Amino acid sequence: MTVEDFIKNIESEFEDLEPGKLLPETNFREVFDWNSINALILIAMVKTEYGAAINAEDIQKSKSINDLFEIVKSKV
Amino acid sequence: MAIFSIPKVRMAGIAAAVPRKEVSNYDYKWVSAKDREMLVKTVGVEKRRVAEQGTATSDLCIASAERLIQELGWDKQEIQLLIFISQSRDYIIPSTSGIIQHKLGLPHSCVAYDIGLGCSGWVYGVSAMVSMMNAGSIKKGLLLVGDISTLTASYRDKSTYPLFGDAATATAFEYDETAPPVHFNLESDGSGYDAIIIPDGGMRNFISKKSFDYRKFGVGIYRNRLQIALNGIEVFNFALREVTPNVKKLLQELSATTADYEYFVFHQANLLMNETLRKMLKLEKEKVPYSIRNYGNTSSASIPLTIVSELREVITLRKVKLFSCGFGVGLSWGSVAMEVEKVVCPAVIEY
Repeated sequence: MTVEDFIKNIESEFEDLEPGKLLPETNFREVFDWNSINALILIAMVKTEYGAAINAEDIQKSKSINDLFEIVKSKV
Repeated sequence: MAIFSIPKVRMAGIAAAVPRKEVSNYDYKWVSAKDREMLVKTVGVEKRRVAEQGTATSDLCIASAERLIQELGWDKQEIQLLIFISQSRDYIIPSTSGIIQHKLGLPHSCVAYDIGLGCSGWVYGVSAMVSMMNAGSIKKGLLLVGDISTLTASYRDKSTYPLFGDAATATAFEYDETAPPVHFNLESDGSGYDAIIIPDGGMRNFISKKSFDYRKFGVGIYRNRLQIALNGIEVFNFALREVTPNVKKLLQELSATTADYEYFVFHQANLLMNETLRKMLKLEKEKVPYSIRNYGNTSSASIPLTIVSELREVITLRKVKLFSCGFGVGLSWGSVAMEVEKVVCPAVIEY
């Protein structure tokens, strides 16, 4: 699994997101209109695509897409 | 492990009642237009039925039960069991089942009691009904399941208010020596008791002046302690963790696969959660009916309401194998697998 694929998976879940705008170092809260429903969409994507469960704390302590990706990778 | 099978009791009928008043989430002015779109698209709730203040869950139960008894052609004197399941009872004291027994005109020889469960309530209720009736003395019984959730949701709480709708249902059971077994897998985990909670008003936190104070819990989330609090992420993760193993375990015990069941009727939690579960179980879209778009999350009523609103023609006309799973408040969850045939099912009743 690569961070590029991880970004592609996120892009496919969020239609409003311009492809290519999200980079590994992007602070996702600045790009998204971040709210709890988006958090659920992210959790659902990680569960279906990677079979891993991330929680509110994991999202909270992540700043960049890469931070989140590392957490997912550690749980797969 | 609470996996068990009980024969000799058949589901004879099922009915659901909703309040006449309908509200649209497109009119929910507390959140932005973009959030409203998201509520409809992602959470999956467009319209909800809302009870007028003063209407109790029992009123909706009685409306469904009266119609069902009439269509079944049952003699009320023969109804010997009534179980009421809800998280929104008529009074703190007494139980609601007795009030319903009296208003329906059921005999004194009728066993009547309440069970306090929400999202998993109908599945647990079916297990209680068939377990008691399997002995053979009780020939006819009514399971009344439903909730009025809108009254205890704060308008200024975007995490609960646009989610819930009100509904109550009646499911009729008959003793029948030839009925195939009904299969269950029931589970509980009270460590998550506060994931969905109304904190005040019970004995732990008795009602006080402070119960009415509104507090901010997040952006767009204000409520008092007599209103429902829902930890969306915790409940979401609970469902993703527990539901599919529960379903798979029961199927495995029955030496069956998802292909053996024609429909999977899930508690209507929210569309995103249910669709994730559907994908995890690799179920085709056609096999998983939804009532959430038109009725919202109707708590304990969601499974029987979905059966009535979406599968009415199928269950009245022919034999069908149904698999249902309820999950949520408690935390409590469980599955029931059953084969039903020629079930009496009036259309959704407006009260």
